[in-house]
Amino acid sequence: MYEQMVTARHYEERLVDEYLVGKQPAFDISAGPIPGELHLAAGHEASGAGVCMHLRDDDTVTAPHRPHHIAIAKGVDLKRMTAEIFGRKTGLCRGKGGHMHLFDPDVNFACAGIIAQGCPPAVGAAMAAKKRNTDSVAVAFLGEGAIDQGGFLESLNLAAVHDLPVVFVVEDNDWAISMPKDRVTDVQNGAQRAAGFDLPGVRIDSDDATAVYEAAGEAVMRARDGNGPTLIEVQVHRRMGHFMGDAEAYRPEADIDRAKQRDSIERLAADLRSHGVTDDDIDEMRERAHGRVEAAISWAKEQPEPEPAEAYENVFTNPPAQAATDGGSAADAPGDAGETGGDN
Amino acid sequence: MATESRDYTEATETDRELTMSRAMVEAIAWEMRENEEVFYMGEDVADYGGIFSSTTGLLDEFGRDRVMDVPISETAYLGAAVGAAQAGMRPIAELMFVDFFGVAMDQIYNNMAKNTYMSGGSFSVPMVLTTAVGGTYNDAGQHSQTLYGTFAHLPGMKVVVPSTAYDAKGLMHTAIRDDDPVVYMFHKRLMGLGWMPSPSGPKTGVSEEDYAIPFGEADVKRPGDDVTVVTLGLHVHRAMEAAERLDDDGIDAEVIDLRTLVPLDTETVLDSVRKTGKLLVVDEDYRSFGVTGEIIARAAEGALDDLSAVKRLAIHDVPIPYARPLEDEVNPGTDDIAAAVRELHE
Repeated sequence: MYEQMVTARHYEERLVDEYLVGKQPAFDISAGPIPGELHLAAGHEASGAGVCMHLRDDDTVTAPHRPHHIAIAKGVDLKRMTAEIFGRKTGLCRGKGGHMHLFDPDVNFACAGIIAQGCPPAVGAAMAAKKRNTDSVAVAFLGEGAIDQGGFLESLNLAAVHDLPVVFVVEDNDWAISMPKDRVTDVQNGAQRAAGFDLPGVRIDSDDATAVYEAAGEAVMRARDGNGPTLIEVQVHRRMGHFMGDAEAYRPEADIDRAKQRDSIERLAADLRSHGVTDDDIDEMRERAHGRVEAAISWAKEQPEPEPAEAYENVFTNPPAQAATDGGSAADAPGDAGETGGDN
Repeated sequence: MATESRDYTEATETDRELTMSRAMVEAIAWEMRENEEVFYMGEDVADYGGIFSSTTGLLDEFGRDRVMDVPISETAYLGAAVGAAQAGMRPIAELMFVDFFGVAMDQIYNNMAKNTYMSGGSFSVPMVLTTAVGGTYNDAGQHSQTLYGTFAHLPGMKVVVPSTAYDAKGLMHTAIRDDDPVVYMFHKRLMGLGWMPSPSGPKTGVSEEDYAIPFGEADVKRPGDDVTVVTLGLHVHRAMEAAERLDDDGIDAEVIDLRTLVPLDTETVLDSVRKTGKLLVVDEDYRSFGVTGEIIARAAEGALDDLSAVKRLAIHDVPIPYARPLEDEVNPGTDDIAAAVRELHE
């Protein structure tokens, strides 16, 4: 768990470096090797790692627009995920998805870039598990800004009515971009939403990875045993802006400082030491994590970019026969998009 | 009825240069001062001033009651705007990215757009739905669409797509004053954001007084005799750049900025096509069943005998891909426009 968290934190720190290439001194979101929005999850590591420790490859996870720490904890291929973020041909999604649309069928991981919209597919994965009598579970991660969204509330209800093996994990980092929680909901915490649907709601008031691990263990066990859904909310911290380039003018300095002072990784290291783990062991884990991140980034940067014509592939799994129906000239008609995504 | 394009190089001293976002906000602020029933709702529109600077400074002047940050609950707050509008207020509600329309489309389409008709005209829905559109900055499939055709296709909404600061202000005044729902689609790349550099075109002279640009009046941005290029939004600027290049080669392209899709100024398009005989339609929406097809259909209905060649450029029916070479491939660029005009001109 510690190693996953260190991997995630170092990964985000390194992505900052890479993202800023070509974006200084003037910040242009479309410049550099990693263009587009980048939502980093430094300060969220405990929830991803604490929950995913209980999951197998056949369990489904849906992550929101801030997905890296969850993907890492779920075991998504770090090299191919990094290549995707760099927009390369060998990325998880062949360069089509980018950082908030990561998909890895090998470990049943998917993302949704729109608030709360990963919840219904997680319910669907749980539905499939139940219908097939497997003991797989599904976990939907979302932010506290998503707890007012219909997609989330409807998913809670559907999961509860059908006793589906799904766990909803709200990562409460206090901010929906610039909107503090108390301006968008009157409940103290997101776990209270569970009561309205008659399912268990658990609030973890700190990003203590051990506490998350324990609560998630119970929830995942409940789901695997056929006892239905659970809603967990974890207090995490947003150590950076909503997206890279967010100056956070709306956010009190003290709040940023507070977020940075509470470090789940340091806390877990202290816990480990108190349980007899040596500094050497901790250093070794840290070095291994850093090495993995560096290897992934180096590999990704060496990967080729996709050919422009690949833009027309993968619209369908079963593409219609040569779409001769469009009246464009050969110059702008795409080639035969008969190739489908498979192993590569 | 086309309006002659203003020559901004001769702007008077009272004409300040503004970015499109500043111009848009100026119109909103003017209307809010004028009419207490105008208010703005959206995500991150208060303290943040809008993710794409659509509400900069409004909170300071008008306070939280009239510049409302709302929960991430588009169904609720867009539907609430419909209700407030039907009660006689004039809300402006922002959908942060047009791509998010799906979570609230029932309120947008089954209430906002239909209630006037379904009530036999006994209810009006005088609201503005503002929303950011467009790609070109590698934000991938869920944050880069324009969806012009989606909204224009569904009856009951007026649809506005400004391409310059001057138009953004005048069209916003008209939108707020209009008694019908108006979908005001601003392209992120045109707003003049520090972190997403705009082309040089959208920043224009904007007079300080209020002025309204009527809906349904396309703007002939550049007169020409050889080929008609009809477009809107970001691609107005790409078309103008292409036209400049073509001019060097002796090809005289006429560039028309539609400015509004509903109502659509068919007459200006037909007048141009009758003159040039050749039509290129360019947009940043999906190609099939959309704006490009509609313009070509209207040209065929109204000026078939005058047409000798027709072409369109749009996103070729794929979701917007992330990687730069892929997005550049699918989004029509200046080179693509120039090449298409040349092909028509042959």
